Amino acid sequence: MKEIRVCAGGACVASGELAVKGALVKALKDKGLLNEYKIVETGCMGMCSRGPFMVVDDVVYAQLNQRAVNEIVEKHLVGGQIVEKYLMKTPEGKTVERAFKEHSFYKNQVKIVTRNLGIINPKSIDDYLEKDGYKALEKVLKEMRPEEVIEEIKKSGLRGRGGAGFPTGLKWEFAAKQKSDMKYMVCNADEGDPGAFMDRAVLEGDPHAVLEGMAIAAYAIGAKKGFIYVRAEYPMAIERLRVAIKQAKERGFLGEKIFGTDFSFDIEIRIGAGAFVCGEETALMASIMGERGQPRVRPPYPVQKGLWGKPTVINNVETLANIAWIIRNGWQEFRKYGTEKSPGTKVFALAGKVKNTGLVEVPLGITLRELIFDIGGGVPNGKKLKAVQTGGPSGGVIPASKIDTPIDYESLTALGTIMGSGGVIVLDEDDCMVDVAKFFLEFTVNESCGKCTPCREGTRTMYEILDRITKGEGTMEDIETLEELATVVKETSLCGLGQTAPNPVLTTLRYFKDEYIAHVKEKICPAKKCRDLISYVIDPDKCTGCTACKIVCPTNAIEGELNKVHIIHQDPCIRCGSCMDVCRFDAIYKVTPPLKVDAKV
Amino acid sequence: MVEIENKEEKFRELEKYIEEVNYDPSMLINILHKAQSIFLWLPQEVMEFIAEKLKIPKSRVRGVVTFYNFFSTKPVGRIQIKVCLGTACYVKGGDKVMERFLDELGLKNPGDVTPDGMFSVHDVRCVGACSMAPVVLIGEGDFYGRMSPDKVPRLVKKYKKMAEEIKAGGRS
Ligand SMILES: Cc1cc2nc3c(=O)[nH]c(=O)nc-3n(C[C@H](O)[C@H](O)[C@H](O)COP(=O)(O)O)c2cc1C
Ligand code: FES
Repeated sequence: MKEIRVCAGGACVASGELAVKGALVKALKDKGLLNEYKIVETGCMGMCSRGPFMVVDDVVYAQLNQRAVNEIVEKHLVGGQIVEKYLMKTPEGKTVERAFKEHSFYKNQVKIVTRNLGIINPKSIDDYLEKDGYKALEKVLKEMRPEEVIEEIKKSGLRGRGGAGFPTGLKWEFAAKQKSDMKYMVCNADEGDPGAFMDRAVLEGDPHAVLEGMAIAAYAIGAKKGFIYVRAEYPMAIERLRVAIKQAKERGFLGEKIFGTDFSFDIEIRIGAGAFVCGEETALMASIMGERGQPRVRPPYPVQKGLWGKPTVINNVETLANIAWIIRNGWQEFRKYGTEKSPGTKVFALAGKVKNTGLVEVPLGITLRELIFDIGGGVPNGKKLKAVQTGGPSGGVIPASKIDTPIDYESLTALGTIMGSGGVIVLDEDDCMVDVAKFFLEFTVNESCGKCTPCREGTRTMYEILDRITKGEGTMEDIETLEELATVVKETSLCGLGQTAPNPVLTTLRYFKDEYIAHVKEKICPAKKCRDLISYVIDPDKCTGCTACKIVCPTNAIEGELNKVHIIHQDPCIRCGSCMDVCRFDAIYKVTPPLKVDAKV
Repeated sequence: MVEIENKEEKFRELEKYIEEVNYDPSMLINILHKAQSIFLWLPQEVMEFIAEKLKIPKSRVRGVVTFYNFFSTKPVGRIQIKVCLGTACYVKGGDKVMERFLDELGLKNPGDVTPDGMFSVHDVRCVGACSMAPVVLIGEGDFYGRMSPDKVPRLVKKYKKMAEEIKAGGRS
């Protein structure tokens, strides 16, 4: 039986995967082909901006709807002809048939963590078993001692993918050495960076890989009980994990006496409740125990005193999804990718102002340029790349001039940002760097748990200063205070949240100080983003008087009769930009500094 | 005080869940999720009920509820509009979409409820669909990607119609 794969990743489901699958089943039935094809609903195929996807005979069809599916069944499945118009296009406009092999977005990827995404049905344990699933667990339990497992992971050089990059094997070794009647293995699936979706894709697309990684880790450290802490915003991931855990228990890969050995291990799901700080390991443990998710001082580290005071290892989803692969293929194979100090691959969530948004897995050490231009296809709409933000609220911006930097833990830290969990937001010339810093500070102000003063008060004061600057009310002294405060908060906060919260400010100040100064001295926003520093204006030469802008304006700030040039009254205008979005004649533009009086025509 | 509809039935459902998790206080957050899915928000008497069943102080329940953004101690609209203001959605203009929703529904701030109790608008942080930014979730998981402010009025109209139907039909 031949396979037709349909992407059922989060974004594709949202853009109509169900209807596509329904249409496919119906069309196959109509043609009497239903028994000849197996439809596999897979996890994320990566290029989420082009979904829903369908793959037949390795031919990748994108952006599908019901009509497209009917046509593909008719022409491709029945007629044996590839339907060109639903194929993917390269950034140069060339259509490609086998996009996963030929398209620049996919070609340069190396799939270790995402090995089964887009290939297997995440709801089927049999699909996972067919891809050597649970073989690594079997090997470990039957042939390896816990120390040998730890040695293997240590040699692989795998570093934690949750942000800090701590060597995984070393963490396991610390935990293994603790003497205790009870130990815990925890998977951190909180994915708090507001611009990241790698862990979500792995949980939804290959949940068994995470469970297998957890079981192997548990064996290595001597844990009997595991928890997966998932954020509440991911209901589909929670559901798929539930299904996967149930299946694994039924088949004896979890539970008592796994593979007939003395090893028993069970996993429970705990759901977060929308607090970013709960991604921090000590806060996460408090939350698992049903308490307020407040962090505490380390040491003692979780490997010494974790859940209910017992030794606990906490690893990120992606870290764990690497484990079975490394055990099966050996550490030497893993080290073929990446760099000496950062071996292996990293999954990135590419988003923002980039043509191909989605999920990519690449060897560590490739440059940002390769990631954004070769894989991401560059910045859309002919705009210029301005900066790249990595690491979310704990990270910083990297200016366009530094995009030949290799992506590894040390190089990113040297630039003032962090690898973080893998969110990569591309910013273009329309993005104001003061505004970006303010955005992240607003986030940390809201998410600071309030326990320590530097973080609670320091981030608030920094936010207030940034707010003043974006309104054109800042002073040069403010900029100095901002720099000082950032350093204090970084050095004196209790947990990672506060210690990293100043990074967006520090990096924007380091690379884009001119932009701060322009806001302060000239009262302009060079990117024309800060509302208090811009005006929207209609170009009388281009306006056709179509009234489209007048209709959408929420405050009736636009005046003009049909076929006559319109004007925007600056007083009632709230600078929401709706008019500019609807204008089909490019007749509306922004100016900075803002106009003082109405620009009469 | 806000009246809770079908109160007894709802409390029974909640108690059944608490029983399923063996009255385990470490399951408090999961229990609160369940409670919020049943009651839409967490009225005082629901929090007290949970404290009593788990034999833990009321202050602990309250402390946990107020700590986490996901839990609401004030009523929310029957149909909730959640606008993503995560990084990807923000740089693609999610804030303007938010503003337009508030404007169209005549609401001042996120979290406010329309006078008929049907709608409230909330900001959420990254729902993990950044490649479709800006993103909006409405009601029981209807998803709208690549939003823009000018698409808002049509959506509001659509859901207002649905709201009328819910009102006419008594309950959803
Ligand atoms: C404020 C804050 C938020 C964090 N959020 C996450 C997160 O969402 N996911 C994650 O895996 N790690 C997060 N971490 C890192 C964890 O504390 C911890 O280092 C990690 O889960 C360890 O796993 P790893 O060694 O496999 O990376 C966060 C840390 C801080 C300080
Ligand atoms: S930022 Fe909105 S979905 Fe990620």
